[in-house]
Amino acid sequence: MSSTVSTTPPGAGLHTQPAPRTTSMVQLTRVELRKSADTRAGRWLLVAIAAVALLVAGLQLFFDDGVDGSFGYFFTASQFPVGFLLPVLGILLVTSEWSQRTAMTTFALVPVRSRVLTAKMLAAALLAVLGVLATLVVAALATLLTPAVAGPASRWELSGAHLGQVLLVQVVVVLVGVAFGMLLLSSPLAIVLYFLLPVVVTILVSSVAALDWVRDWLDLTTTTIPMYDGQLAGQGWAQVGTSVALWLLLPLMAGWVRIQRSEIA
Amino acid sequence: MIAIEHLTKRYGTQLAVSDVSFGCEPGTVTGFLGPNGAGKSTTLRSLCGLATPTSGTTAIGGRAYRDLPNAGRQVGVLLDAGAQHAGRTGREALLLSAMVLGVDRRRVDEVLELVGLAGSPAGKRVGKYSLGMRQRLGLATALLGDPEVLVLDEPANGLDPEGIFWMRGLLRGFADRGGTVLLSSHLLHEVEAVADQLVVIAGGRVVARGSKAQLLTSTGTVVRATDPAALQSALTAAGIGVAPGLAGALVADAEPEAVGRAAAAEAVVLVELRPADGGGLEELFRSLTGSSDTPPAGTVPAAQQVQEARA
Repeated sequence: MSSTVSTTPPGAGLHTQPAPRTTSMVQLTRVELRKSADTRAGRWLLVAIAAVALLVAGLQLFFDDGVDGSFGYFFTASQFPVGFLLPVLGILLVTSEWSQRTAMTTFALVPVRSRVLTAKMLAAALLAVLGVLATLVVAALATLLTPAVAGPASRWELSGAHLGQVLLVQVVVVLVGVAFGMLLLSSPLAIVLYFLLPVVVTILVSSVAALDWVRDWLDLTTTTIPMYDGQLAGQGWAQVGTSVALWLLLPLMAGWVRIQRSEIA
Repeated sequence: MIAIEHLTKRYGTQLAVSDVSFGCEPGTVTGFLGPNGAGKSTTLRSLCGLATPTSGTTAIGGRAYRDLPNAGRQVGVLLDAGAQHAGRTGREALLLSAMVLGVDRRRVDEVLELVGLAGSPAGKRVGKYSLGMRQRLGLATALLGDPEVLVLDEPANGLDPEGIFWMRGLLRGFADRGGTVLLSSHLLHEVEAVADQLVVIAGGRVVARGSKAQLLTSTGTVVRATDPAALQSALTAAGIGVAPGLAGALVADAEPEAVGRAAAAEAVVLVELRPADGGGLEELFRSLTGSSDTPPAGTVPAAQQVQEARA
């Protein structure tokens, strides 16, 4: 490498620039969105989510006898890959700052850490919304192809509650990923615990009938099942609320405090 | 421009930084010197809002770092060349920072050119960079927002001699245009050529501080005799303070003539007698920070050193 002669020396604009303005939250969110997709891991995760969503729709078209050609049916089915894999992207959005040590650069540029964390949550929520938009396209494709491949006529129907509840549950699960990342600050640890912990809890409480209430009120997977069909109603909302408090709000608050207090090195 | 006042940072029972105070003025380069684990990085992390001081304050332009409206536009920070995502290209890492800073994308090409990473190195993943290239990328990140202040932790690490020479010129030019530079190093010769002011830290405490000229003149005389023990007692008898130097030499706290007279009075045969300039700063640095257990008069004994790599 050779030394270089520059046309614009550093500090050339010393004291001549207007007073710098604080970076807007919109801009910080754009940065976080870009971070989620500008590495190989992030890019392939997004590709994998899209590919699996298409695959699920394709399998149903060809092999599922229950296909009735309705848009809502495909829409629900294609949520699985998004809800399963997108939280991993949410985890990595936080933990990669520590595993790759970029937190030092990030927080040196934006020393008010809560602004970075807020931007990460907004970016993750936006990714969930984009993910749901992608599943709308997949579901539309599948619905369009139903008459030709599976037989029944296409039925274009999707209730507002269905779309709304799916959007909500996808945003919630991706934020659970972010919260796990914030609490644990380690990619492997957060990913393993994110997938393992709910399963372990389910196994434990399923073995004792007296603990059914735990499953009904605290198991996020169980409580959110009706949301994928837009069927959540009445007490179901309260049950979603308590499980969200346990799996999202609790780790989120603990992780938030941890990052605020920790030394970035 | 930079003001560190009574900074103390404690980790549990370990005192990493103890009552450190110094300031840096615009137009100057301050060398922050000390052995590994002396508390340099902890001090700089505290200055940049990445560590919370146990007590004391730090400010840049009169404001705490966290209160700067757009920190990267005012302070260019390079605390760790490894703090870049290995999977991103050098250009992408700079683009992300440029988005945060709100600077034009052309500025990314400018700084890439400036640090010698333009062209194909910019498109390579940081994971494939050598340490020297990472330092250059870190320097590019620090310069991106065209700041008035640079805070650099061991920026010469991994640079080849030519690269170190290049960096000196860059920092000197930055300061000469009115910028403020604070850079740390555990190697004196890396900063000796470029720094106006030196702050030496050992065991978490500032053990010497001043302009380069001030620190140079206070180092006395290097003297060596065929019989070191006789020399030591001769000097002590003459009331001259003595500190151990290199290779059996002594560093006497007096002019060469006085040292020579003291030796002559006791018939001690000298084999070396010279003012401790030139390499004097080096000896000072070594005596202040090395394993020597007799620190020169007027300095604070080194406190228990703690590992820099903590946390």
